[in-house]
Amino acid sequence: MIKAKVFVTLKPSVLDPQGKQVMNSLHSIGYDNIEEVRVSKFIEIKLKSDDLERAEDEIHEICEKLLANPNTETYSWNLEHITGE
Amino acid sequence: MKINVISFPGSNCDHDAFHIGKIRGHQVDFVWHKDNNLINPDLIIIPGGFSYGDYLRCGAIAKFSPIIAEVIKFAKQGGLVMGICNGFQILTEIGLLPGALMMNESLKFICQHQFITSVNRDSVYTKGLTPGKALDIPIAHKEGNYFISNDGLKSLQDKDLIAFRYCNELGEITKESNPNGAIDNIAGILNEDKNVLGMMPHPERAAEDKVISQDGQEIFSSIEKFFT
Repeated sequence: MIKAKVFVTLKPSVLDPQGKQVMNSLHSIGYDNIEEVRVSKFIEIKLKSDDLERAEDEIHEICEKLLANPNTETYSWNLEHITGE
Repeated sequence: MKINVISFPGSNCDHDAFHIGKIRGHQVDFVWHKDNNLINPDLIIIPGGFSYGDYLRCGAIAKFSPIIAEVIKFAKQGGLVMGICNGFQILTEIGLLPGALMMNESLKFICQHQFITSVNRDSVYTKGLTPGKALDIPIAHKEGNYFISNDGLKSLQDKDLIAFRYCNELGEITKESNPNGAIDNIAGILNEDKNVLGMMPHPERAAEDKVISQDGQEIFSSIEKFFT
């Protein structure tokens, strides 16, 4: 099996009110060193096949089709072989 | 006028839209999202709610419902499609309208009366409205913060595709009257052919005497004039 870790991130040009709120909270509890916070999505996907090339293609396709909104988000992923559970 | 109201699992304003259509004397039919056929509509309403629980992103999963292919076909042929609240979110996700609805700047679900004004007189939906006149139309959303790239915004402005903007009771478009952080105070937009409208406020919740505001009636009257 293959495990895909997919990261869906707001584009730098898009404001992230959640990230800003988290940053404000961190500042309020004393973490003055924090410059910026961006909140993203992390999605774990297990694939049945062990074919890395096929997995690359499929993950790319589903990012485009569903996982990310191209207007506001970018995405990246990495793949690793895992043993079935 | 024949109205089709599309129901998704999680739609919760479909009955409101149906009700307002009925009391205004129209033939209204619900169309289930798994259906493959529309019921000969003049107007499709994609109602408010939380289709598929708003999982992943609001409206993201609805785009794979079978009826959506028919809605897109109908819109591409010039048919009238009106998306309200979650319906607006769905219209952006399926690519009939540009941009996206982001989380409100306050991170809060906002449910309140809100003034909006039409800024366009060149569509079926806005022809009968007076630009600059404040309409009291309720909003109820957490993801209503309209976002589009700078180029996209310029294109909306240049092509006169902004239908509604948030304003104060005098019809003035101010920063203070923007409830959710939407870019350029945008409350509703049109596609390039101006037959598809998406708006966050709920005109169907302000269209009869039983409720506080009746200003939503002006929007429905505008559409009706097109068919009479």
